[in-house]
Amino acid sequence: MLGRSLLVRVACAGVGAGLLGGCSATGGPATETLTVLAAASLREPFAVLGEAFEDAHPGVDVRLSFAGSSELAQQVLAGAPADVFASASPATMQTVTDAGLAHDPVTFATNTLVVAVPAHGTGTPVTSVADLARPGVDVALCQAAVPCGAAAMEMLGRAGLTVEPVTLEPDVRAVLTKVRLGEVDAGVVYTTDVVSAGGDVTAVTVPDDVQVTVAYPVVALGEPTTAAADFVDLVLGPVGTGVLHDAGFGPP
Amino acid sequence: MTPVDEAVGVRPVRRATRRAARARVQGRFPVVLWVPAGLAVAFLVLPLAALVVRAPWPSLVAILTDPATRAALLLSLGTAAAATVVSVVLGVPLALVLARSRFPGRGAVRTLVTVPVVLPPVVGGVALLLAYGRTGVAGQYLELFFGVSIPFTTLAVVVAQTFVAMPFLVLALDGALATVDDSLAEAAATLGASRLHIFLHVTLPTLAPALLAGAVLCWARALGEFGATITFAGNFPGATQTMPLAVYLALQSDPDAAVALSLVLLAVAVLVLVLLRDRWLRGAVR
Repeated sequence: MLGRSLLVRVACAGVGAGLLGGCSATGGPATETLTVLAAASLREPFAVLGEAFEDAHPGVDVRLSFAGSSELAQQVLAGAPADVFASASPATMQTVTDAGLAHDPVTFATNTLVVAVPAHGTGTPVTSVADLARPGVDVALCQAAVPCGAAAMEMLGRAGLTVEPVTLEPDVRAVLTKVRLGEVDAGVVYTTDVVSAGGDVTAVTVPDDVQVTVAYPVVALGEPTTAAADFVDLVLGPVGTGVLHDAGFGPP
Repeated sequence: MTPVDEAVGVRPVRRATRRAARARVQGRFPVVLWVPAGLAVAFLVLPLAALVVRAPWPSLVAILTDPATRAALLLSLGTAAAATVVSVVLGVPLALVLARSRFPGRGAVRTLVTVPVVLPPVVGGVALLLAYGRTGVAGQYLELFFGVSIPFTTLAVVVAQTFVAMPFLVLALDGALATVDDSLAEAAATLGASRLHIFLHVTLPTLAPALLAGAVLCWARALGEFGATITFAGNFPGATQTMPLAVYLALQSDPDAAVALSLVLLAVAVLVLVLLRDRWLRGAVR
């Protein structure tokens, strides 16, 4: 009997805490939520921009979701309640605009590819793009459907290399993680990803003649809310350009 | 009142009252329970029905005869079978040790070996990487002394699946071993049977239903494993891309193919459950 009444008391406490937690942290009027779906490589700059937006627009709560652009595009097509979509390739953006779910995306940044190698790796050393095709070298690439995968395949094609990866990851950050952990000898990621990984990875530059430039379009989805339109403006404006430049992105 | 009732001193109770009490327990099933039960059935069955209804029936054959699909299916079936074999070979002795022998820390060991049942699979994948990865606690020595690297190989898939599935087998056997009746074994012993003979001809047959049910659970869990596989074994068609991984990745580029592959897994699941009918599974629950 004591056990049952204790259970009831704990349950009531739990419900009470849940109700309290439901109130906004500022205790002010109900906050508007702005949901932004962004490519995995935009994690750091968009986190900064999200905070900047919240500071400039009290009452708006920015929620960021990062994943491979193709996965995000499918989420939008399946009806995910998102307000802004920023992808790492015009092709994945097009699947969204073709379905009539967004209009007039604008390119806001560009990125280039680089080969990431573990800084303290114990595996086979990789010092050039050509090394990726050597037998015995473990290479991680993105899935072909994901922008970084498509770009990597294009770059390797231009270099005339046939590479057999050991794994095809769902997004570029998963490739980066495999390199950081030292599980693979090299991975093809974006220049900006190496910046974000700090000292765990070193970059092997991709020669200009085989380099692939990736364009990032952004769009406010559907009938844009004011907040969504303002966020897109922030990304396209001087604040956004500055943050993206600091993260290693190129101009649009 | 029966003669026994009289002898024991039971008060005479009106037969009608006794009959009414029996009817209350064994009689009409309370109708009110049908509502939540019906909701539960609808909740569980609707998604499966939706899979069948929305399947791309016209292009199903084309999708399923695609070499990539066949590779994923064969890989899944093969690795799940291998994981089940390893789980039985290692898990049955483990269950017996946990149930029968006394050693300090037995309770702790029992808890630890069943952690993968509750642990989120992707967490299991991270843990496997840290243990058996190239730079892992044990993996670095495997690499150094044997030149063996486990991640990104089919072996890694089997390791990941065994990690998440073996505890199911151990749990199923643990429950059965706790309730096993020793009298048959004792009778065999008094008749002069050796320990091995008793184990093979008395204990194992008694355990057979639980072992089978545990092995099926283990196989099904291994077949459906996703989080640990994609984290530890990676994803590459033919070597490490199992069916669940193929479904997840197909969703990004070809949703129709994803639905078709899902339908195959659903069919396999139903087939397994039908083949192992009530008869065999009920024996394990006894």
